[in-house]
Amino acid sequence: MSGFDFNGLTASFDGERVIGPLSFRINEGEHVGLVGKSGAGKSTLIRLLYDRLDGKASLVPQGLGLVNALPVFHNVFMGQLDQHGTWYNTLTLIRPFRRDKDAIRALLTELGIPEKLWIPAAALSGGQRQRVAIARALYRQAPTLLADEPISALDGPMAQQVMTMLTNQFTTSIVALHDVEMALAHCTRIIGIQDGQIALDQPASELTAADISVLY
Amino acid sequence: MFAYPTVRASFIFLAVALLGLLVADIAITTANPWQDLGRFFLGVATPNFFSTEGLLTALLRTVAFAFVGVTLGSICGFLLALVYRFLPVRIFCAFIRAIHELFWALIFLQFFGFHPLTGVLAIAIPYAGIFAKVYSEILEEADPEPGRLLPPGTSSIAAFLYARIPDCWVQMRTYTAYRLECGLRSSAILGFVGLPTLGFYLESSFSQGLYSDAGAMLILFYVLIATMPLWLRPKLLPVYVLAAPFFLGDGLPIVWGNVERFFTEDIIPSPIRDGEGLAAIWAWLSDVLITEALPGIWNTVVLTQIALVATGILSLLAFPLISNHFGGPVRRTSGHVFLVIARSTPEYILAYILLQLWGPSMLPAVVALALHNGGIIGHLIGRQTNTIHLRPDAPVGFSRYSWELVPRIYRSFLAFLFYRWEIIMRETAILGILGIYTLGFYVDSAIQNIQFDRAMVLILITALLNIGVDALGRFIRRKLALQTMPTC
Repeated sequence: MSGFDFNGLTASFDGERVIGPLSFRINEGEHVGLVGKSGAGKSTLIRLLYDRLDGKASLVPQGLGLVNALPVFHNVFMGQLDQHGTWYNTLTLIRPFRRDKDAIRALLTELGIPEKLWIPAAALSGGQRQRVAIARALYRQAPTLLADEPISALDGPMAQQVMTMLTNQFTTSIVALHDVEMALAHCTRIIGIQDGQIALDQPASELTAADISVLY
Repeated sequence: MFAYPTVRASFIFLAVALLGLLVADIAITTANPWQDLGRFFLGVATPNFFSTEGLLTALLRTVAFAFVGVTLGSICGFLLALVYRFLPVRIFCAFIRAIHELFWALIFLQFFGFHPLTGVLAIAIPYAGIFAKVYSEILEEADPEPGRLLPPGTSSIAAFLYARIPDCWVQMRTYTAYRLECGLRSSAILGFVGLPTLGFYLESSFSQGLYSDAGAMLILFYVLIATMPLWLRPKLLPVYVLAAPFFLGDGLPIVWGNVERFFTEDIIPSPIRDGEGLAAIWAWLSDVLITEALPGIWNTVVLTQIALVATGILSLLAFPLISNHFGGPVRRTSGHVFLVIARSTPEYILAYILLQLWGPSMLPAVVALALHNGGIIGHLIGRQTNTIHLRPDAPVGFSRYSWELVPRIYRSFLAFLFYRWEIIMRETAILGILGIYTLGFYVDSAIQNIQFDRAMVLILITALLNIGVDALGRFIRRKLALQTMPTC
């Protein structure tokens, strides 16, 4: 597979066009940073791309989509429900297997929250919840990542580390970011969205923060 | 004030109830009603816990029937909730929950006899219909986002177990525990048709004038319900559920010939059974409708409307009893005790007691329905006022009640009242078994006369009436934009 062609992307709310029509191509291996001021349509675009890929990508939505009543372990494990039979999954709900426990604990250790393995998602802070959603996306091991502000609640060093983990593991990624410096540091290509249209599309190496600030 | 649709609706219902009072049969017919009431209260004040060992057995059976019936009902209800989006399932559930537990018991008694299955099914069937509705509403409200994020290829069972159930679990558990309390009440009144639960012993104590025995029974029942949080522990639940079937008693064996006869002969309308032709069927049906169904429907509707408004008035009077905007801790504690007693006593038992003391008329039924339902709604909105924070210089006393609190809670009060409309009607119909001329009276008489075909037609009409009132109640709640959670 060599990338994706997105053609004629549109979205409307209450009869008002908020996105597109947009067409662009993402090549395999590209790490795209989606920038633009809030309300420009970044979240809607991420959602549209996820639908176009028929769910065959890891997604970190802005709302995170955690099951609050389940512990962190199960929230992360949900990324691989398709890899096991129904019996395996049902047993895991009651008594997880050691192999999965070790794998998920290792992942959480990298994200700095190994001690939260058995804590219900409802009892976590905003930054911890965000890392659980990221762990789920990583655990799913899809080749492509779609993420909507995945580091908005993380502090500097942790945000840097998470972005590095994401760009290392996923072959291709499209990440909406409000932090321009972070986008320039970790992405290979920047797409700027303004009023539902592409206002900027260049390799990150050719851009500076000042070039992007015109979008805001 | 009449500009508010809620106020207009209230006054329309009030006017209908007042008109109903003009035509209703309200009277005290016994010679010494207050003396009897006094003797009854004396009995409650001097309970006799040791008269027979039957008391403890009855209590045990009551709990056992409630557990088995509610467990079975919740399992079936859960399975039905999974397919609740299909219209035939929704209609089926509406139908089985529109028929009161006692009617189900009367039906099963005809062919299973006094076998424990009769009591278990009488609770399980209508409860399954209610569980299906409420569970499906809870499941629908779950956050759909986690489900959307699952990798494609996840089996639908795994998706359901991970992304849906955990979100709903607490709410479903709370509701099921709450229904268990309702199940204890249902189980207790099944005794009135002869099953070995509390109602049976209450009726026999009463008929022998043993008020102290009856008092002991009621007190034990209140204690049982009030201490539910203490003995109903999640860890003990499997023990209860597994043990309960062994404490139902043996009853009498099922005669399978009766079962067959019931379906192939008893419930077939007599003109068809005797092959009398179409004209005879029509004559038979119009006879049932004119001599039994119509008077039954009329009395049921009149009594329901009076009881509904009486419930509303009593709730509005009762909620300050537990509201922390009035009075001190002593008054509130006694208010709580009063409301717990009012709502834990099944309306059927209240009506039975009042009927014994005041003689047959609609009055005992109205008072019983208003006390029980008013106790429930008064408790719910009283608790709601405790979450309201008034400004420090808010008026006190009656002005606080009428200017600050009632306007704030009025909408949810109406929501609860209209929600209970259908429940009040279901109960009104069933109180006919006690001798008030509502639909239950005609059902019971038909069964006494071994005319099961007539009884089935009347039960069917009762169910349709309940479904109609339920739909009307929902329509009014939607019109007035009122929202509520289910109560039983």
